[in-house]
Amino acid sequence: MPDKRIINLESFWWQIAILVILLILPPILPRFYIYILALIFVTALLAMSLNLVLGHGGMFQFHHAVFYGVGAYTVALMLTKTSLPAWIGFIAGPIVAAGFGLLIGWFCVRLSRLYFGMLQIALGSLVWAVVFRWYDFTGGDDGIHGIPMPSILSSLNGSYYFVLIITVICLIAMYLIFKSPFGGTLRAIRDNPGRCAAVGVNVRRHQLTGIVIASFFGGVAGVLFVVLEHSVFPDLMFWVLSLEICIMCLFGGWFTFMGPVLGAAMIVALRTFVGIYTEYWTLILGVTLMLLIFFLPQGVMGYFQEKFKPRAKAIVERA
Amino acid sequence: MLQVEAVDKSFDGFRAVDGANLTVERGELVAVIGPNGAGKTTLFNLITGQLKPDKGRIIFEGKDIAGLPPYQICKRGIGRSFQVVNVFHRLTVFENVQVAVLSQQGRSINLFSPARKLAIKETTDILESVGLSDKSGSISGSLSHGDQKILEMAIALGNEPKLLILDEPTAGMSPEETLATMELIKRLASTQGLTILFCEHDMEVVFSIAQKIMVMHQGRSIIQGEPEEVRGNKEVQDAYLGGGE
Repeated sequence: MPDKRIINLESFWWQIAILVILLILPPILPRFYIYILALIFVTALLAMSLNLVLGHGGMFQFHHAVFYGVGAYTVALMLTKTSLPAWIGFIAGPIVAAGFGLLIGWFCVRLSRLYFGMLQIALGSLVWAVVFRWYDFTGGDDGIHGIPMPSILSSLNGSYYFVLIITVICLIAMYLIFKSPFGGTLRAIRDNPGRCAAVGVNVRRHQLTGIVIASFFGGVAGVLFVVLEHSVFPDLMFWVLSLEICIMCLFGGWFTFMGPVLGAAMIVALRTFVGIYTEYWTLILGVTLMLLIFFLPQGVMGYFQEKFKPRAKAIVERA
Repeated sequence: MLQVEAVDKSFDGFRAVDGANLTVERGELVAVIGPNGAGKTTLFNLITGQLKPDKGRIIFEGKDIAGLPPYQICKRGIGRSFQVVNVFHRLTVFENVQVAVLSQQGRSINLFSPARKLAIKETTDILESVGLSDKSGSISGSLSHGDQKILEMAIALGNEPKLLILDEPTAGMSPEETLATMELIKRLASTQGLTILFCEHDMEVVFSIAQKIMVMHQGRSIIQGEPEEVRGNKEVQDAYLGGGE
């Protein structure tokens, strides 16, 4: 029989404990660490949204940063160029990102595997080039800075809490999708698209839906970035960032649910703390990645899940 | 129920299926036989939409389904299993069948209700009817070959097909497994009132359970009829059975 319970109680309490700790941290920790933590949440949400299609959907979404950037730029432009209330911008960001996901995805799902990825890099770079060049509208390579925020979000602690709460809500929503029939069907498509078609699943429509959902959450991450940084720049949708998010998923374990969060935390921490000592922090990243691929091909989270599986099973049986 | 009329399919000039005809009536157990490379699998792929025919008509319940994509043909009530094991190898046995059941119920795009509560009874029933209940929590990639072939059939049953197409359901099985599988197919046909079209290498098996047999040779359909009629046909004996067998 399948596991009837949606959450393992023990890990549920762990998660609550972690959340409580994160909630009481701001008055305790120096500002710098609060900022890094918030950045980790944003990046983690971005990596999770990618993993929805990459790890669980088996699609080579190689240019996911575009949807992050589109979400960020949408809210930045709406806050600087219009006098609409801020929350409309916050809602518009993910929706516009999902729209771009629909548009780019509509072309990409016609191709398979690597060709899917190549076409997405091409179309995504097109969006990047437009943003990079269109000085009058997007600020070109300068980006947009000093974006006005509602007063509650203008302090670092305010944006920390906002980012944390939205990230947790999004993670819960993604977990529900992960466990839904759609999530299961997406994993079935990953394992065997041909067979899925033979059991009556419209493979392309499911893949496209997956991309739209992933770009929606990518857009949410983009909005959160603006809340945290009060600025946007074209690097947000450069392919280098896309590659970095893919590495986060690999690092954490792309067949696990929480893996990308771990991967994001590792990479952001690496960039921040090793970056202080040397600008060649990517060298360390490269070596770590190589070691990981050789010794933990399942990713860090995948490894731990494998290792603790017997224990997890015992808990289920006891209950 | 199903009529295949003068269907052609070529690959780079090689005529894999060359004017094949086939009729399946409701409730029948029909076998397609023929030597390796006769075009049996290609014919099945044409019927279920994995391939598009170059010419000819495929009528299912009065409508031409030739050239439709596989998922639409499946929705019309044709389920199939594959010759080479073709399961979702990282999912559990239960999830494998559940995917098909959810798709059949039109719930596979459902985003927020937990899958663990849906289609439980249907899936459990199917696993029970094919005898895989005790393995329902195992990852399907770790099953034995024979069990994976059975799982193939269980997935196809998940679509509640009106017509079930089995492409060499016993390929690679031991003689005992073959026997058990054939018993299972016979039982499914009688208890669930399924119409089944299958192809098979083992002649004894075919002649013992099929009600109608169609013989293919080099892409053409030579004859379709009752087992006795097919056995007595001169052309079939020359083409396939040979003198010795």
